[in-house]
Amino acid sequence: MMMTIDTTRNGGGELFAALPEIDELAQRRLHARLAAAAHDAGILDVAYRTIDTPVGSLLLAATAEGLVRVAYAREDHDLVLAQLADRISPRVLRAPARLDLAAREIEEYFAGRRRLFDLPLDYRLSTGFRRTVLAHLTEIGYGRTASYATVAAAAGNPKAVRAAATACATNPLPVVVPCHRVVRSDGTVGGYVGGVEAKKALLTMEAAA
Amino acid sequence: MAEFGPMVLRVCRAVVGPTAADDAWSETFLAAMQAYGDLRPDSNVEAWLVTIARRKAIDQIRAESRRAVPTDDLPEMPSIHGVPGGWESDLWNALKALPLKQRETVAYHYLAGLSYADVAKVVGGSTDAARRAAADGIAALRKTYLKHEPEGTAR
Repeated sequence: MMMTIDTTRNGGGELFAALPEIDELAQRRLHARLAAAAHDAGILDVAYRTIDTPVGSLLLAATAEGLVRVAYAREDHDLVLAQLADRISPRVLRAPARLDLAAREIEEYFAGRRRLFDLPLDYRLSTGFRRTVLAHLTEIGYGRTASYATVAAAAGNPKAVRAAATACATNPLPVVVPCHRVVRSDGTVGGYVGGVEAKKALLTMEAAA
Repeated sequence: MAEFGPMVLRVCRAVVGPTAADDAWSETFLAAMQAYGDLRPDSNVEAWLVTIARRKAIDQIRAESRRAVPTDDLPEMPSIHGVPGGWESDLWNALKALPLKQRETVAYHYLAGLSYADVAKVVGGSTDAARRAAADGIAALRKTYLKHEPEGTAR
């Protein structure tokens, strides 16, 4: 005959009650180790980190090819990470090392010590005409602005003003690819993925430098 | 990963001990990242991770027995700020005294939260056998661990 002791989950729970649910210290140590091992094994498809800037926390994400995403807090970093997992690869890890250079250049930019980004960029989140538009945005120099119409013309389709505006609004690499320098023909700043306040802050900062 | 990391760490620590758990954990997630494509969208991620963790744990245990280091004197885990920090070495000593099957079933059911049916799939054998092994394990732990560590007097 079988003697079964009733063991609901709580039956042995008191044994483990003293154990921490989450061991922060160990988790951080192990995470860093995993990120390094995944990088060495060539399976760290998307590395990310956040940095604090005058326009809020920015999420930076990079593939092996280069910086692939910069996201403002208002875009919801968790949502952005989920999108990266969907569109690029589920192998997404917080791994600051790969983003050291990008973080340093962005910090220098906000400190007024950098006018040009010199980073490998991965444009894969943008395709077609939008991508062409983004490639031309880097031609707008620091402290300068251009209208959506000018940008559309530079991208080879002067009539596609609205499409140029959409390309800016969906820029996966704001700040680094300077869509904030594109303003409306009537002189108002227009929209921005980071919010109008952030756009004004960047333009003011660049104009003052 | 942030979601399952702590659970897998608890399981690894219970099965291979606090020292070897780091290696088991890292190898589990590295293997999981490599094999992620094999995971069907509807599968039970906990059970899948525990299956990988078990394979890595057994590798660890084999490696350890090959090295033949005296395992009686496991280094004490430093406790942080006086609370039972990384892991309670008393609890690990009690777990270590259990047969592997009991230790595994206890960890997978009580720490990973798997049902006995899932535990049985991971360790092999029937659901009833898994339930019995875990019950025996818990009963033994009550005798060895709780006896010299009465409730409420955790360091």
